[in-house]
Amino acid sequence: MTKLLFNFIVFPGLIFTAIAGLFVSWVDRKVTARIQWRKGPPWYQPLADIVKLSIKEISVPKQASRELFFLSPMIGLSAVTLVSTLVWLANIGPVSKGFSGDIIVIVYLLTMPAIAVIAGASASGNPLASLGASREIKMVMAYELPFIISLLVPVIKSHGLLRLSDIINYQAVNGPFITSLSGIIAFIVMIFCMQAKLGMVPFDAGEAETEIMAGTYIEYSGMLLAIFKITKAMLMVILPLFLITLFWQGMAFAELWKYVILLVVIILIKNTSPRVRIDQAVRFFWGKMTLLSILAVLLAVKGF
Amino acid sequence: MNLRLKALTKSIWVYHMSTGSCNNCDIEILDMLTPRFDVERFGITLVGSIRHADAILVTGALNLKTLPRVKKIYEQAVKPCVVIAIGVCACGQGIFSNGPNTPDPVDSVLPVDIYVPGCPPKPEAMIAGIAKLIEKINAKK
Repeated sequence: MTKLLFNFIVFPGLIFTAIAGLFVSWVDRKVTARIQWRKGPPWYQPLADIVKLSIKEISVPKQASRELFFLSPMIGLSAVTLVSTLVWLANIGPVSKGFSGDIIVIVYLLTMPAIAVIAGASASGNPLASLGASREIKMVMAYELPFIISLLVPVIKSHGLLRLSDIINYQAVNGPFITSLSGIIAFIVMIFCMQAKLGMVPFDAGEAETEIMAGTYIEYSGMLLAIFKITKAMLMVILPLFLITLFWQGMAFAELWKYVILLVVIILIKNTSPRVRIDQAVRFFWGKMTLLSILAVLLAVKGF
Repeated sequence: MNLRLKALTKSIWVYHMSTGSCNNCDIEILDMLTPRFDVERFGITLVGSIRHADAILVTGALNLKTLPRVKKIYEQAVKPCVVIAIGVCACGQGIFSNGPNTPDPVDSVLPVDIYVPGCPPKPEAMIAGIAKLIEKINAKK
């Protein structure tokens, strides 16, 4: 029991992933700065942001639904904590951990941060926030379809294994899925879905700073905003790790370069593309990406 | 306490509020935020929502139409929050000091913490102003 609590709160769970996530978000900002030929923020910048936000007062709008307004950041954070515990334990555990079907649980839990953002934005009672929430809902509906279809590829290729650690072991014996044709197609689709799940630039219509201010976060302040920021930072660690686990034989601590490659891809996509409109994003995900993922599934069924 | 103060001065999120200026100061503020001056080195970023702001950059001579809105926006700001008056109009009304539409200077409505004069002030002057503000906060403790 204590070991389980330790796993959730300290080591692979909340604190460890949050610190790693803050570090990664600094890397993101620094690399962005270097791409734009500037110096960029110092290493403690995300930490300073979080500490500063936590000492500011929390304002609740009069029209807001108080309970949901306070609860939704916690829902997002706890969902991401659970996901990070499950994914890290499957990666670093020498023996088979987790339970059969934990992939399905993780897929559901990975939707929770977006749902939490939508619920919080709707609860805040701000017109711009509701606009952001409606965009976010469309975005969730758009990217979940190709995400789940391409998630079928590792399951089909491993002949129906639904446990993360089993999939890692299968890949250790038979070679990573990314080396096969269907695996690489599904992996590319997943990278775009990951970008949308992170709310990074081509697909950040829900919090477009220049059009609808901060969109979904517009009424959040102080500690609640800090929790949303931490949730996002943790997602930036966990989503690439989840992809590596599914397609690339998992990640031991010595294989950090796999994660670095994915992080560089995320940052490069973020810095080289403009924001797409929400209808363009939906067309992109339901059109090209869904067709590609169906193709990947068919190839996987045929054994490629 | 000291750590909190350090976090507060190392991560200043600014909110840009124009109270009816000629857009000259606003363009210079945008200049200050470009990669050439790179204020992200000091943790300064532009935010769109007043709820996230630590500093409000006020430009322009306060006219009758914006006066109630400025008051409302300052009430919505999450404290602690500082006010920086950018440009001669916001500092002391400039050429609008006898204008019929601009009866109140900015500092009669908002508690201005630091004044950056100029028409418009250069980005360097604004950065120097923010540096002086940080010194002032550190001295006050």
